[in-house]
Amino acid sequence: MKEKNIRRRLIKDRLFLILIGVLSLTALIPLIFILGYIFRNGIRVINWDFLTQLPQPVGEETAGGIVHALVGTIIIIGLSFFLAVPFGIGTGVYLSENRNTRFSVIVRLCVDLLMGVPSIVVGIIAYAWIVRFQGFSALAGSIALSILMIPMVVRGTEETLNLIPPSYKEASLALGVPYYRTMLKVIIPSGFGGITTGVLLALARIAGETAPLLFTALGSNFLNVNIFKPMHTLPLLIYDYATSPYKEWHHIAWGASFVLVIFVLVLNIISRLVIKKWKIQF
Amino acid sequence: MLKQRLSVLKKELIEYATLVETMIEKSIRGFLSKNKSLLNEVIKLDEEKANRWEIVIDELCTSLIAQYEPRAKDLRTILMILKMNNDIERMGDHAVNIAKSGLFLIQYPSFTYPESIQNMSDTTTTMLKDSIKAFTTEDIQLAREVCKRDDEVDKMQLSVLKKCIDEMTEDPSLIERALHVIRITGKLERIADLSTNIGEDILFMVEGKIIKHHHN
Amino acid sequence: MENSILTIKNLDAYFGKTQVLKNINLSFPYKKVTAIMGPSGCGKTTLIRCLNRMHELTADADYGGSIFLGDVNIFEKNPITLRRHIGMVFQRPNPFPNMSIYENVLAGYTLNGIRLTRLERDSIVQDALQKAALWEEVKNHLNKKGTFLSGGQQQRLCIARALAVKPDIILFDEPTSALDPRATTHIEELIEELKKTVTIVMVTHNIAQAARVSDYTAFLYMGELVEYNSSERIFTVPKDKRTEEYLTGKFG
Repeated sequence: MKEKNIRRRLIKDRLFLILIGVLSLTALIPLIFILGYIFRNGIRVINWDFLTQLPQPVGEETAGGIVHALVGTIIIIGLSFFLAVPFGIGTGVYLSENRNTRFSVIVRLCVDLLMGVPSIVVGIIAYAWIVRFQGFSALAGSIALSILMIPMVVRGTEETLNLIPPSYKEASLALGVPYYRTMLKVIIPSGFGGITTGVLLALARIAGETAPLLFTALGSNFLNVNIFKPMHTLPLLIYDYATSPYKEWHHIAWGASFVLVIFVLVLNIISRLVIKKWKIQF
Repeated sequence: MLKQRLSVLKKELIEYATLVETMIEKSIRGFLSKNKSLLNEVIKLDEEKANRWEIVIDELCTSLIAQYEPRAKDLRTILMILKMNNDIERMGDHAVNIAKSGLFLIQYPSFTYPESIQNMSDTTTTMLKDSIKAFTTEDIQLAREVCKRDDEVDKMQLSVLKKCIDEMTEDPSLIERALHVIRITGKLERIADLSTNIGEDILFMVEGKIIKHHHN
Repeated sequence: MENSILTIKNLDAYFGKTQVLKNINLSFPYKKVTAIMGPSGCGKTTLIRCLNRMHELTADADYGGSIFLGDVNIFEKNPITLRRHIGMVFQRPNPFPNMSIYENVLAGYTLNGIRLTRLERDSIVQDALQKAALWEEVKNHLNKKGTFLSGGQQQRLCIARALAVKPDIILFDEPTSALDPRATTHIEELIEELKKTVTIVMVTHNIAQAARVSDYTAFLYMGELVEYNSSERIFTVPKDKRTEEYLTGKFG
């Protein structure tokens, strides 16, 4: 090989690496700016009152807090969790166990399609099917959100279980363990890390959903824990207050944005820790 | 697995050799003490037993090689046992021939020198005994030493041959008997040779050294 | 043939329309090691998987004929209880990844919801690990996950797990083909010991291994049982020409 050729190739290598680095930084920059801006604008509003008080009418001494939205977010997301997880994991298990049947191909197709449905459309459907008959409620909101969660949980579960070598199932069956016990006590626990990650990521996604909640949970100014009535959430509050003409409310919106971002960040960190701790070597 | 079966094989060979040793000793004793039944025992009972044993050992060696693919010393051991088996079977045959010649000779008064034949027989059977001992304990010194004694036996055979020739030339009626005596000592000499083979085989088995055709 | 514990009569096996085993008649002697050898695709793994009715777990699988464990036809018995009498060790060591060594050995009991006292559990674990020649190496690490052991140790753990439920027969499906030579030797020596307590049926594609380890050997070719005899006989004087050709390397 000629000297000149080698030198040229090394230079190309170096240039390529630099290019990748530059592109990555470029992608990071907006992210850093966004987070920084939210942080700066949000942090000055955060205090204990902010997190524990209801909002006050404009003009009062203190601007009040976001406790109703905070509590509402937790309740609605929690409810979505309990609705989505059994269906999601169950479907994921079914798809992983039956890879090629006609039915499972159809189910998989539907799940993939559902993944791509815009969240506002899901909200409108929930409105048409539930709200029109039962009125606005947190439950309707949770149902809409759980519909958004399910495809992610299904995907996560199915892919995790597909990675588990079939020899564990065989080993368990060969010990005279019935099929249902094999799934419940060997296979699903082996996939615990991956399944949990799927669930946590789905939760992180719906934490920030606003559009479907506009048609279902509606929002409220009061602290409400009755799931059959309207309830407020952080994204709804941010939407309300950011589009209002009051400056105080804008500040509150920034504070709420900050809280929401932290919430999503924490969920992501937890999911990474879970992967690490529960990583089961095959 | 292989280890256990190998020690079983060795034991079988040692027992086989011991049987043949007694056959030789019986045939000489029977001849010198004019004991017909002893000689018949060797010919009728012992030979059958000896032949069966040879087959058993052959088959055992074959299956050990087929089943265990032995290497290095294990391989040498099994191959040498195969050869020793063969040589011991020959010795058994020679013992039977000695007994047969013995049966002829005891009908007549003896003219040979019983001590020289007794000496030869003792030396030969000791050689066989020692070679088996060397095999059991893997004693290469003993094995080498056995090989050297072959010369003694050759000398003894030569002297008996000379005596017989003298007797034959003096009295031609003795020719048939003399020839049987020569046959007996000839067989003893062959047995001594075969014991030497065993000694050489032991050396190969233990050290991987080939000394045959060299030890003279 | 001495005392047989498992007898196969006219067994056929199918995957969909393809017939993989043709009219197999074979019996396995009590507390001996029987090897099943043959070239790839001859049906030996299918055969062994029929013995504990794992074959039927594959889609499209089917059988004909009968297999008698003692005097009971296993096809008429509940497969789940059957598998507690006939254990299996697989080609790739597969201790359950979410369980410790201790829990793995007891898996046959705990996964079936069988309750045991602390004393019973400890004694079963120690007994099984001792029989599998693994006790000394892991007795101080019983709470570690099974996946931290070496390949050979993992395989012995799987053997302990199979032994813990005290089966009558253990089936080995090419137990050493994923292991290095030293681990292979350990497992072979272990099998030699184990036959004192349990009947063993072993599938192998390694002729030398079948010759070393087994008391009886069956040669399978294209789904048919070509020859079955004591290992001593079959490796020195095979009766069928196909056996002869296989053993001398003409095919497979």
